[in-house]
Amino acid sequence: MPVTIEIPTAFRRFTDGAPNVDCSAATIADALNELTSRFPDLSRHVRDDQGQIRQFLNVYLNEEDIRFLGGESCSLKEGDRVLLVPSIAGGC
Amino acid sequence: MTTNGLYELRCRECGKTWGNVPRSFCEDCFSPLEVAYDYDSLKKIARRENLAGRDFNMWRYSELLPLPECYVGPNAVGGTPLVASRKLAAKWGLKNLYFKNDAVCFPSLSFKDRVVATALSAARRFHFTTVGCSSTGNLANAVAAQAAQQGFDACVFIPADLEPAKILNTAVYGARIVRINGNYDHVNRLCAQIADRFQWGLVNVNLRPYYSEGSKTHGYEIAEQLGWTLPDNVVVPMAGGSLITKIAKAFRELVTLGWVEAKPVKFFGAQATGCSPISDGVKRNLARFEPQKPNTIARSLAIGNPADGPFAIKQIRDSSGWAEDISDAEIVAAIKLLAETEGIFTETAGGVTAGVTQKLIAQGRIKPDETTVVCITGNGLKTTDAIAAEFPATEAIAPRLEAFEAYLDAQLGATAGAKA
Repeated sequence: MPVTIEIPTAFRRFTDGAPNVDCSAATIADALNELTSRFPDLSRHVRDDQGQIRQFLNVYLNEEDIRFLGGESCSLKEGDRVLLVPSIAGGC
Repeated sequence: MTTNGLYELRCRECGKTWGNVPRSFCEDCFSPLEVAYDYDSLKKIARRENLAGRDFNMWRYSELLPLPECYVGPNAVGGTPLVASRKLAAKWGLKNLYFKNDAVCFPSLSFKDRVVATALSAARRFHFTTVGCSSTGNLANAVAAQAAQQGFDACVFIPADLEPAKILNTAVYGARIVRINGNYDHVNRLCAQIADRFQWGLVNVNLRPYYSEGSKTHGYEIAEQLGWTLPDNVVVPMAGGSLITKIAKAFRELVTLGWVEAKPVKFFGAQATGCSPISDGVKRNLARFEPQKPNTIARSLAIGNPADGPFAIKQIRDSSGWAEDISDAEIVAAIKLLAETEGIFTETAGGVTAGVTQKLIAQGRIKPDETTVVCITGNGLKTTDAIAAEFPATEAIAPRLEAFEAYLDAQLGATAGAKA
């Protein structure tokens, strides 16, 4: 499915400055794999040595954290937005 | 004496340093940044004797904070009471129980005043003119109050359904309030994007490393108020998981600087069952905590994806502490108990902490002879909605002595004996 991956500022140096990357993917995993295959320098920033998404990188599908949607196997539909956001929080 | 040049940002995971910039995460590994100090150099200028003659507020520890050169704290923040418990200690069977009472912190009645104070010093350093935050309420209050005091424009972002008292307590200072249709995690995510785009000083986003250092002063004060000694146990509420790690950092620093003797301190984290990713991670011994959808009256702890969660979990485990969580009903009961025994009226987060302390005592994890400090982080006036149902309005009586005597007869079964 054609989807858009929104790239945070910190990662844009690996995407030739592009704030968004359009790709065709059936799942979140496919989308991330396509992203890192097109921009290999991004790979180590997205996944750790065990191949898991890095602990402090949050991935959202539209408005929802993918961990509430079944994780990387979550299916995508046309027009979905995948957001990469650093993990931050307030509170105590 | 200046500490300029004695600290910089460092990644908590990969160790890369970034100087002093308005940034919260490492651009290499996306892990959180933290202020790291040159303690060998700091030892030469940070002496306990320097504190003599300084007012009792957070600025007495200035050498240990990431402040710009020659920074003078613009107002008195912190310096809150460490209340030695009598009635609740007796009820719980503890000999040395204390409540660190940031419910009366100046100016906005929560420990958030501390972190905002250090954040705004960084905002001044980086020449921001607009400051703001994503907030569950207390932080918005603190940012709005201190921005008003110091002449910053302020824009705060909150979940749309935040308690009315907290919204009012921010609006009164003149800050712009943007209500977001979503929970706090949605607000946070948006603020990360806003900080990226607008270059504002968002205290818990791009100023976060400087902001979080203010929490250490809660720990410094505890040690000083105990006579420059560390407690055996500390019970700390957890939302994002920052405060518990910063109190631990404060204690470590005091030991490093030789201000207190080293000793084991157990850290206990407190959450509401309706939002307990960190507590759950500790209790189930998870490698990674599982985020949750918050569903609790403890709105100030309602962060389902706590960024400092991994560090909080590690701190708790390394200290042989524990984490617990309690229900909304237990939170309300604990708020009432603390008020009725110690005269401390705390908000729901404080109810969580007090209620979890009770649970930990029942589990035998806090021993009767140990020195235990319970961290009360916010004032009860901020979350009156949570307890309003416990106190329905009573029927009024006529302004006559007979009416009052009849009232007492009905209430107490006897006419009051006192005569004028």
